[in-house]
Amino acid sequence: MTTIGVTRTTLLKDLRMEWRSKDAINSMLFFALLVVVIFSFAFNPTAEESRRIAGGLIWVAFLFAAVVALNQTWARELRNQVLDAYRVSPAPPNALFLAKAIGNFFFVVVLEALMAPLFVVFYDLRSVGPVWQLIVVALLGTWALVVNGTFFAALSIRTRSREIMLPLILFPISIPALLAMVDATTSILTGEASPDFWIKMLAVYDVVFTAVCLLLFESVLNAE
Amino acid sequence: MTGSSDLSSPPVIVLDNLVKFFGRFAAIRGISASFAPGRLYVLLGDNGAGKSTLLRMVAGLMEPSQGSFTLLGTKSHREVAHRVGYMGHAPLLYDELSGMENLRYFAGLYGLDDDAVCRKAMKMVGLDPELSRRIGQYSQGMRQRLSLARAVLHDPELILLDEPFSNVDVHSAREMAAVLGRVRDKGKTIFVVTHQAALMEGVADEFVHMAAGQIVAREEAVRKAAASNAEWTPR
Repeated sequence: MTTIGVTRTTLLKDLRMEWRSKDAINSMLFFALLVVVIFSFAFNPTAEESRRIAGGLIWVAFLFAAVVALNQTWARELRNQVLDAYRVSPAPPNALFLAKAIGNFFFVVVLEALMAPLFVVFYDLRSVGPVWQLIVVALLGTWALVVNGTFFAALSIRTRSREIMLPLILFPISIPALLAMVDATTSILTGEASPDFWIKMLAVYDVVFTAVCLLLFESVLNAE
Repeated sequence: MTGSSDLSSPPVIVLDNLVKFFGRFAAIRGISASFAPGRLYVLLGDNGAGKSTLLRMVAGLMEPSQGSFTLLGTKSHREVAHRVGYMGHAPLLYDELSGMENLRYFAGLYGLDDDAVCRKAMKMVGLDPELSRRIGQYSQGMRQRLSLARAVLHDPELILLDEPFSNVDVHSAREMAAVLGRVRDKGKTIFVVTHQAALMEGVADEFVHMAAGQIVAREEAVRKAAASNAEWTPR
């Protein structure tokens, strides 16, 4: 019953269930697709303008789409009260949290990989800075969103209007990460400034919030 | 008396002035009691008597508002979680997975990665391990039996069952009761919350009557010589 073993078992179970139902990935994809199409019609930007606003557009689209999936993270555990079976077991609580966060990370990264080409096409995007830096920002930024999202989704599962509660709690706490993601992305796309500071800030944010979530998750899991 | 019930052994559960409030409502009102190992206890009482709340507290799903309890010699539930099996009112299973997939996952939580354990548990409750249907398509009775298999999968010493016979037909319920008798005969301690006391007659060791959050009576049951060793024969 090591944390790594239970994390792997739980992650594989979640991936299998998502593969069968496709609940999270389908709803995220449709939502992100809608945002891309509607924004492209609403703004109709030139290539230069696109580079300046794309950072914000991309991350807002991913943030909202991720919330759709995050809201479903714990829904399966509440159905049939399966979470109780985990709680009475000797499995480490953090293994459940890590499995959920890694699963969400995987789903959102898949979404980003599928949506990135559409952003390029719809907004005529060409990155002036190195593309590998965009990948680093995407990975760090996605982890920042899902680690907090998974935690706050767990915190709000026992509330009556949890779909509303999650963005209400998650968005304010994600503002530093969102700022870093948007500024780093814009810096790379325009090539006008170095994204290093924002990337470091994202890395620190990830480490701090992952540690805090791991420290507090057991209390959240066992809250009545 | 059959089985390994031993009243001189240290108690498996000791409740010390246990109280549980939900807001201002006291669901459990100062229960002090102890329960010997290797016995099958049946908790009886009307709705709202506090049976399920008591079971959930012992299972570690709720903290008492006042008082304390000792479980298998310790006050820390986590220390003995691998020695306790719990079956809730709800099935505690994933609808999107098959029976074996469910059991494999829960076995993993207890550090068991042997498929034979899951197969044995499925067979014990009369389910076919080869059944590939997702349990969302199972009947209520089948889910209930799979839920029992999940609770006893890791061979716990203490088994807590909340309404195991609800939605189960009479034949299957009797078979389940016989299975519980056999499990008890192997030295396990079992607590069953049920409204169907008749099913447990001849199998139970003690009927514990609850009312208004208190244990109001404890009554020794008359046990039949030995539970049948026949295999489960679901209809």
